[in-house]
Amino acid sequence: MSEKRRVAVKVNGELLNGEASDRMLLSDFLRDVLGKTGTHVGCEHGVCGACTVIVDGVAARSCLMFALQVDGAEIKTVEGLADGEELHPLQKLFSENRALQCGYCTPGMLMTAIDLVESHSSLSETDIKIGMSAVLCRCTGYEGIIKAVTEYAKQVHGEPVLREDPSG
Amino acid sequence: MAETMPTYIGRSVARREDKRLITGAGIFVGDMKMDGMLHVAFARSQLPHAKIIKVNLEDARLQADVELALSGEDLQGVLPPISGMQVTAPKTWREGMDPQIQIPDQTLIPYDKLRYVGEPYALVVAKDRYSAEDAVELINTDFNPLEPVPNAEAAIKKSAALVHDQLPQNIAASLHAKTGDSGLALREAPHRIKRHFFHHRYAAMPMECRGVIADYDSRTDTITVWSSTQVVHWVRREEANALNMAEEQVRVVAPDVGGGFGGKGHVYPEDILIAYLSKRLGRPVKWVEDRHEHILNAAHSRDIVFDVEVGFDDNGKIIVVKNKFLVDSGAYSPVGAAIAGNSIVHFTGPYDIPVYEADCKVMMTNRTPNAPYRGAGRPEVTFAMERSIDIVANELGLDPAIVRFRNMIQPEQMPFAIGLPYRDGVMVEYDSGDYPEALRKALKGVGGLEAFRLRQKAALENGQYLGLGLGCYVEGTGIGPFEGATVKIDPSGKVMVATGACPQGQGHETAFAQVAADIWGVSIDDVVVTLADTSHVTMGYGTIASRSAVTASGAIKDSSEKVKEKVFAIAANILETSEADLELRDGSVCVKGIPEMSVTLKEVSKASLPGWVHQRPKGMEAGLEGTAYFEPPTVTWAYAANAAIVEINSQTGEVKIEKYVEVHDAGKLINPGIADGQVKGGLVQGIGGGLLEELCYDEFGQLTTGSFLDYLLPTAADVPPITVIHMETPSPRNAFGFKGLGEGGAIAPPAVIANAVCDALKSFGAEINSTPVRAEEIVEILDGA
Repeated sequence: MSEKRRVAVKVNGELLNGEASDRMLLSDFLRDVLGKTGTHVGCEHGVCGACTVIVDGVAARSCLMFALQVDGAEIKTVEGLADGEELHPLQKLFSENRALQCGYCTPGMLMTAIDLVESHSSLSETDIKIGMSAVLCRCTGYEGIIKAVTEYAKQVHGEPVLREDPSG
Repeated sequence: MAETMPTYIGRSVARREDKRLITGAGIFVGDMKMDGMLHVAFARSQLPHAKIIKVNLEDARLQADVELALSGEDLQGVLPPISGMQVTAPKTWREGMDPQIQIPDQTLIPYDKLRYVGEPYALVVAKDRYSAEDAVELINTDFNPLEPVPNAEAAIKKSAALVHDQLPQNIAASLHAKTGDSGLALREAPHRIKRHFFHHRYAAMPMECRGVIADYDSRTDTITVWSSTQVVHWVRREEANALNMAEEQVRVVAPDVGGGFGGKGHVYPEDILIAYLSKRLGRPVKWVEDRHEHILNAAHSRDIVFDVEVGFDDNGKIIVVKNKFLVDSGAYSPVGAAIAGNSIVHFTGPYDIPVYEADCKVMMTNRTPNAPYRGAGRPEVTFAMERSIDIVANELGLDPAIVRFRNMIQPEQMPFAIGLPYRDGVMVEYDSGDYPEALRKALKGVGGLEAFRLRQKAALENGQYLGLGLGCYVEGTGIGPFEGATVKIDPSGKVMVATGACPQGQGHETAFAQVAADIWGVSIDDVVVTLADTSHVTMGYGTIASRSAVTASGAIKDSSEKVKEKVFAIAANILETSEADLELRDGSVCVKGIPEMSVTLKEVSKASLPGWVHQRPKGMEAGLEGTAYFEPPTVTWAYAANAAIVEINSQTGEVKIEKYVEVHDAGKLINPGIADGQVKGGLVQGIGGGLLEELCYDEFGQLTTGSFLDYLLPTAADVPPITVIHMETPSPRNAFGFKGLGEGGAIAPPAVIANAVCDALKSFGAEINSTPVRAEEIVEILDGA
């Protein structure tokens, strides 16, 4: 087994470091080394999206990255969304719209939605459905998730989401 | 029930589970970490059927980080197998089903031969998971491949190899039931159809894979196990038995569980092995399944072939149904003949069919074991029955909706006996509901039957293929044998509720707090609910089979009644009045009509404590605590009618669902928002099964869909507009009028989609009688192939 190296990252604004072997996945580093277990692992094939975190401003599947790749990076995880007791607006919308049941995919859903909404200046309903299809949910049937993300897009973009994609 | 009008039952109260789950503060098995914890990886068969010649662990054992490596041979005689019958069947059921059951036990790690791709043949315990997986790669094996038994139809052939050598054939169970002479009825029927149907294999596929942690404490000789299971008390029973410990020495907890849908609803070999390893090594031991392992090894489901004969008259009234079917149970059948039993009694659904006969065989094959998954036999029989009805309609040139109305049990026929025993041994009697009204509402929900037929005709003239699919079912829910609950009034005045229910996303903490708050007339904030922990309730059953709303609520009510007797007696003593003059209101016991004459539950609880200053009536035992085991008389009958409109892409064969409506009746709803989410989530699983999801085996018994790249789950972009309409006909079988609803949504979609596609392609005269509905099959129909 390969030697371990020290990896330093800023997670949710906090400077943290820990040791990782060359092959250690970012998902395992976050969860097992840094104790950030809010990020979940659903497939380790990069398909289900449960492990999605934001690395230097871009949504990434932490099961498809090595810990060594994030040395010096800034990472946002689900644990960083709420400000103390004050929930992030998207977290509130998830609860209000019944966008979760078992909650296992929820961290990946939240991080994906934040990336989707914040990296676009406007979104149609189709954009949201396609964008959120990056994460699999087995419980809800997605209706509440789409409603919550649609409402969040409206809040962030200051305009209602188009029900139909004009191009399609 | 409640002293006052219900204030929480029936309201979409916000879920108390949400906060921890949306902030990343939930604790799933995979999230738990303990000092000195060791990690397990399993070596799993890549062959469907093979004789084990040698499993050599020497190289694995030499690795620095490896603590222990064991093969099946090492465990032979050390640990007992899991019994072939985790669920026992009552005598009255046996009398009605004429069963011959010889379901083989499951050796935890086989030493003689391997029976499916994914079956373990060795395990490695190491300091971390990476090292454990590395060591698994170093295991040297010598396996002698045996002729595979790839599916049920191959398994029943006389020439088939034997999956279990101790059985004379590959038949683990045979069941037979009838309500009349089907041969005679078929001969006399004016019309007959005979069809072969196949419902394919797919699986629960929760987003959290399975996982187990065990921590043995040598000081107290006790073990605590955290398992992502739906049945903590079953796991405790089997672990205690295997480890030769008293059940009270074993505590099993299911922490946050990331979906189950039945796939986590029985005891698996890993539940026992991890507990054994912790006890043997005196260290905490953890195993978390990865997704590939889950797809290979966690129970699959469905996979039934049917030969159905239906006799009917000129009006489409069905006189007789004869149903002969094979369940492909894979290499073992962890929940006995449950799927088979369900399939037999649910076949005729909401229809009044005078003569019915079923013959079922549970087949052993070289596939992953088959266990109940959301629907558990009902989606399969609904597919066969609902397709049959559409075929009958086509034979007579009648609308499938009309044929359904002509055969449906009318509300005035309730309660309706079908003449067969349920799995609980009680003769099936549908308890309440209005089946035709559900279908009327479903048709209205898709815009009305006549309006659609006009639209369909006009579309066809433009070369556009639109179809309407219907699907109706009934579902026995809230099955026994029992559920346990312990209710206490804490000295703080809080109502403490513990039940054997083990949720995986159903919102039980909220729903049972609603139930208890109404029973006690307290604020929901004063109810504390503990679930899925054997240390909080002595005997429990678990959350499977759409049962917890009915059974756990019943247990909470019965245990509360015991405690209430003491509460009233003590309050009467304090208030110097008669118990009959008292009522519960706003967390207090009050004199009826004089709210200012009251004593709080907190004061009553303190007055009940043992000691010198108690205020209990003479002779009353101290404390406010009660336990009850609710044993329902039999199941409650939920039902639904589904309607969907599809459009076929004539080039690609793609099926686009324009609108999907389910009218669902689960009796009185505890939390309509939660209930709605349950049904919708189930529907999307059913749509996945109807169009996308499939566990494929090749002719040699090799599983060819081993990751999410091949096994397609529905995504947000795949979900059509869905409407769920709830009817709320109370069940007369419990005090609340509840019926169960966890599974319902998943039952009908494969049938509805197939019916809709066949309706759209009616001009081609083609029938789709197998699932999933494939675009390539549609293209072949369109090409006239």
